[in-house]
Amino acid sequence: MLRLPPFQYFAPRSLDEALRILSDHGPEAQIVAGGTDLYPKMKRRQIQPRALVSVRRIPELSHIAWMAHDGVTLGAGVTLARVLACENLAIAYPALARACAGIAHPPIRSMGTIGGNLCIDTRCTYYDQTFFWREALGFCLKKGGTVCPVAPGGTRCWAVSSSDGAPVMIALGAQLRLIGPHGERTIAAEEFYRDDGIQYLAKAPEEILVEVRLPCREGWRSTYWKLRRRGAIDFPVLGIAVAVCMESGRCREARIVLGAVGSCPKRIREAEGILEGNPLEPDVIEAAARAVSRAIRPLENTDFLHLYRKKVASVFAQRALHELAGTPLTGGLSGT
Amino acid sequence: MNGEQHPLAVPVYKTLLEVLREDLHLTGTKHGCELGECGACTVLVDGEPVLSCLALPIELEGREILTIEGLMEGGRPHPLQSAFAEMGAVQCGYCTPGIVLSAKALLDRNPMPTRQEIAEALSGNLCRCTGYIQILDAVERAGARMRERRS
Amino acid sequence: MAFEIIGKPLPKIDALPKCTGETRYADDLQLPRMLYAKILRSPHAHARIRRIDVSRARALPGVYAVITGRDLPTRFGILPVSQDEEALCAEKVRFVGDPVAAVAATDEWIAEEALRLIDVEYELLPALLTLEEALRESSVRIHDYGDGPNIHKMISLEFGDVEEGFAQADYVREDIFFYAGSTHLPLEQHAAVAQYGPDGKLTLWSSTQTPHYVHRALAKVLGLPPSHIRVIATPVGGGFGGKSDPFSHEIVVAKLAMLTGRPVKITLTREEVFYVHRGRHPVLMWIKTGVRRDGTIMAMHVRSFLDGGAYGSYGVVTAYYTGALQTVTYKIPRYKFEGVRVFTNKPPCGPKRGHGTPQPRFALEVHLDKIAEDLELDPIEMRRRQIVEAPSLTVNWLRISSCGLRACIDRVVEASGFREKFRRLPFGHGVGFACSTYLSGAGLPIYWNDMPHSGVQIKIDRGGGVTVFCGSTDIGQGSDSILAYIVAEVLGILPEDIRVVTADTDLTPVDLGSYSSRVTVMTGNAAVEAAEKLRRLLFRAAAERLDVPEEQLMARARRIFDQADPERGLDFAEAAQLAEARFGTLGAVGSYKPPKSPGRYKGAGVGPSPSYSYSACVIQVRVDPETGFVQVEKVWIAHDVGRVINPRLVEGQIHGSVYMGLGEALMEEQTFRSRLGLHKAPSMLDYKSPTPLEMPEVECFLIETDDPNGPFGAKEAGQGPLLPVPPAVANAVYDAIGVRVDELPITPEKILKGLEDKARGGSGRVGPKSIPSLAWPEPIRVEPPPEWRDVPTRSS
Ligand SMILES: Cc1cc2nc3c(=O)[nH]c(=O)nc-3n(C[C@H](O)[C@H](O)[C@H](O)COP(=O)(O)OP(=O)(O)OC[C@H]3O[C@@H](n4cnc5c(N)ncnc54)[C@H](O)[C@@H]3O)c2cc1C
Ligand code: SF4
Ligand code: FES
Ligand code: FES
Repeated sequence: MLRLPPFQYFAPRSLDEALRILSDHGPEAQIVAGGTDLYPKMKRRQIQPRALVSVRRIPELSHIAWMAHDGVTLGAGVTLARVLACENLAIAYPALARACAGIAHPPIRSMGTIGGNLCIDTRCTYYDQTFFWREALGFCLKKGGTVCPVAPGGTRCWAVSSSDGAPVMIALGAQLRLIGPHGERTIAAEEFYRDDGIQYLAKAPEEILVEVRLPCREGWRSTYWKLRRRGAIDFPVLGIAVAVCMESGRCREARIVLGAVGSCPKRIREAEGILEGNPLEPDVIEAAARAVSRAIRPLENTDFLHLYRKKVASVFAQRALHELAGTPLTGGLSGT
Repeated sequence: MNGEQHPLAVPVYKTLLEVLREDLHLTGTKHGCELGECGACTVLVDGEPVLSCLALPIELEGREILTIEGLMEGGRPHPLQSAFAEMGAVQCGYCTPGIVLSAKALLDRNPMPTRQEIAEALSGNLCRCTGYIQILDAVERAGARMRERRS
Repeated sequence: MAFEIIGKPLPKIDALPKCTGETRYADDLQLPRMLYAKILRSPHAHARIRRIDVSRARALPGVYAVITGRDLPTRFGILPVSQDEEALCAEKVRFVGDPVAAVAATDEWIAEEALRLIDVEYELLPALLTLEEALRESSVRIHDYGDGPNIHKMISLEFGDVEEGFAQADYVREDIFFYAGSTHLPLEQHAAVAQYGPDGKLTLWSSTQTPHYVHRALAKVLGLPPSHIRVIATPVGGGFGGKSDPFSHEIVVAKLAMLTGRPVKITLTREEVFYVHRGRHPVLMWIKTGVRRDGTIMAMHVRSFLDGGAYGSYGVVTAYYTGALQTVTYKIPRYKFEGVRVFTNKPPCGPKRGHGTPQPRFALEVHLDKIAEDLELDPIEMRRRQIVEAPSLTVNWLRISSCGLRACIDRVVEASGFREKFRRLPFGHGVGFACSTYLSGAGLPIYWNDMPHSGVQIKIDRGGGVTVFCGSTDIGQGSDSILAYIVAEVLGILPEDIRVVTADTDLTPVDLGSYSSRVTVMTGNAAVEAAEKLRRLLFRAAAERLDVPEEQLMARARRIFDQADPERGLDFAEAAQLAEARFGTLGAVGSYKPPKSPGRYKGAGVGPSPSYSYSACVIQVRVDPETGFVQVEKVWIAHDVGRVINPRLVEGQIHGSVYMGLGEALMEEQTFRSRLGLHKAPSMLDYKSPTPLEMPEVECFLIETDDPNGPFGAKEAGQGPLLPVPPAVANAVYDAIGVRVDELPITPEKILKGLEDKARGGSGRVGPKSIPSLAWPEPIRVEPPPEWRDVPTRSS
């Protein structure tokens, strides 16, 4: 039986209390919500916090609040199952519902939270392994070592941002509210991620993600396409979130964000530019899809060959855009 | 727990799975990976499927936990249990407790699921023996029985 | 004859306890004062052990014993010819995961910590990680035995003159195929508990498919008299062949229990299960067939190269199986087989569902599809016209007692509408067809002896209760239930009146184990014999009481009665009491030994079986030409099972086989990092086992042929239906997009590669292009049975 390493557990009932415990324990402490990402990593001894600070009992994290004409606020502690159960969310933000429905599998969706999902550790086939395995390989940069076997010459870690929620939040223009020992701040989801497999979040360890604000997206259409080998359980190895705002047959604004092809979700501005001002017609879509594939450089550290992922990126981009254009391509398989 | 109160003193880092099996001797809950990847350890918490290998008892204080041992009603098998036995849905039986509980969560929420909905609800529960077909048959039959019973 | 129990979809006798959490699997056992064991495993693929220092581990509070290879020096292995395993490696490690030392401690945290305190000094040796490397680098030796440097076994057999056959053929085709290795992935991780009493007796509970062989290995390695060892196979949470070897961890817990005087438990982690392995051998194959213009096979030559991993396991047998059963499906008048099993520094391969036969079956059925296309023949008709006859002997001396393949083919072809669809569906949609054969138990035991392969003992008590004792192991396939159905049928009672006690070497007569699909046929026959003996006693006693001739009596529905006047009869319990009064305590034994096979050549031991099952399968797929994803839309499969003892169980076995076959065809693969020999995906997340969402609809057809050697005519169903699935998928993919992927698994990447090749004007074939050149030994030339000496010649 794989077991957790010993730790102290705190279940604060308020944000203040949580912040206090976090600062008392400094870098030894780690926030936990559903635990579905953290506990497996602890069992594999990738992360070994001495103290866990649970955010489950903090009331500010558990709401879904609609603001008249101003979108919705999701507490970071809201479970994925709750997001899925909320029909209004699926209507207002189809991409979010699509992404959440494809995360892992039902039991994990009833445990995992949206906040946890946005903060999950980056993944890599050389890193998400047991202690025994990593020791046999020789520890890598991300944990305990000095080289990265994925790109041995370099000095950075290329572990992959593997959250289904992250690209969607960026595409939908979400704002994240964080509270830390030095106060509160709100940042765009896009600013929340860093292109670094180790320091992948632009957030201090003791900062708590409190809520996600989704702006009103009337007039927008959105979707999410995910590549993985099986229809459930598997993390994305390519995720495409697309949101477009249409105005008299033309795309007024577009957001195309790729997940799971780099250490952070990536906005493909060139592709967005190709769409903006144009109708979503096949040649425009194709050009945008080509730009998507050109802009990414997946590496060999997930399931599927990296060149294959690059190829499918343009296929999925086309399919996603055709779906939003109301001219879905038939004959395509997979993609959730 | 299964309608009973269990005062417990266990190390906080023991997962619900370990506590169920090792401290409460409820070994009906199985495990195949302890990492959230197989579903064998599924139990219900307030009616929702939860992986006991990734849950700490302390996180579940005050909540209602149902394990496979608690599913019989008055010594009689639950319709899901009888349907699984009748339809050949049990081969080695190692995935069975988790699958039966995932199916219960589904049927309680959606008494008349389609086959696709059943497959989705069980998509986190791997079974290496049955190819799932007789499992889906059993869930359909149990659903029908439960609907009959209610009406 | 009409049956009462046989043929009914009754629930399994152990199904409800499994649904309520009552069934106790090995890891569910907890004994007072029990310690937990953990094994330290090698992080290197190939290394010499210079020194092991366990003193720091021993000093850790809570640690009760630490052992190394020195404590268990005797070698073991499942086959007498390859006793090459050590419970803990003393001098050398041969793959990442090879066991080196073990500890027993009060809990798993302490045991784990103790492992980290064991200091091992290794001297690294070059690791041979591919078949080609192992054949090439003859200066590095993984073992010092075998048929050549790193060659575990080399086989060369020729039945009739194949060159002459090729010379007479109108058309000769050669193909090369590769079938990737895969693992069983039982949901239950292996576990074992050992207890050693002050009386010097050892008990081991283990999730094993073969308690009898574990018993023998324990006696050998521990040096205890076999009579002091009791092995109990707990209900197995999935086996598929993966729990058929005696394992290091079973010996280790036994030793630790002996040293500490306390019960000791070990449960492998999922990662360790991947290292323990014994799964499907990766096999590279070359096949050459000469046919007449109408497709009639004139001669066939097959070569197989098995990447065996680091130890022998069942490998010699596997190697023979890659060549043995080709002749049992279609008439092959001249046949040559060359096979080699090579050692590499990877987890040892062994028997997985279909043991050595899915690989050549994939090759053969795709190869035949290509021949049919080359000759513009109907692929179904071409096969159908040359199905073996029953009874008959094959060119390699295998005796076929029954064959329902023609009926199997007709059913699936008709139900699937194959003829209307084949080569006619739009691009991206396709159908594929394949047939197969499997054996119902091996004709010979694993170690040479003249004793029965299976024994059953039955006892009847005064209340009419019946207990059946048998050494067989229920691994989910339902063997306990089959025993109950058969005994109930013979004695005229109901399965629920029967208690089945199995897999306990102290209590039950030997059965060799749950492998090679032998259980229904062998234990079934033994059970019939024992039950019939008892029925005779019951009838004799009842005949006297009822004053009816014995021959006129019948047992049914818990009664024994006069067939001519059913009112005239006795309760079963009453008859039991009369019989006990008349004959003394009621008990009987039955045993079974397969018929002797007529083959008399070296190697003739692998392949014979009391009977062969047959399957035919049509699979319809949809291929996404842009992503390369394959969706299996539907599977039609017919299986000749001889006699259906329980349709639900047979269908369950077919579904499970189809599932596993689809996994191997499309996504499952054991892969390793090239330099270090580290398993790439030792987890259930990274090793891709299909979920319910990938599983297509399966329509099953059960064909009965009433085999003369089976209990009530039954044959196997647990493994055979896997075999036609991978080739049917491959043939369907070709039908859909014109791309031949001659290498399993058929991944999206390979499909795109094939399509791109085609777009550039290539053939669109993806797969291996060559086989290693090897100095094959002179073949053993075996005279075919008389009926094959007059072989057909070139069509005029
Ligand atoms: C088998 C398996 C399959 C999975 N498949 C997918 C998948 O397909 N797609 C996917 O996106 N994910 C997947 N996951 C990952 C994970 O389960 C989900 O992303 C889940 O939503 C994480 O939420 P959680 O609450 O459980 O996170 P936790 O594990 O509790 O936390 C994850 C991380 O976020 C931090 N954190 C949590 N909450 C906060 C907060 N409020 N403020 C600051 N930091 C916080 C934690 O410190 C930790 O570092 C999978 C996991 C498993 C085990
Ligand atoms: S990308 Fe390199 S450094 Fe980062 S986790 Fe993977 S192997 Fe380690
Ligand atoms: S043991 Fe919990 S999911 Fe596998
Ligand atoms: S019945 Fe064996 S794993 Fe499902």
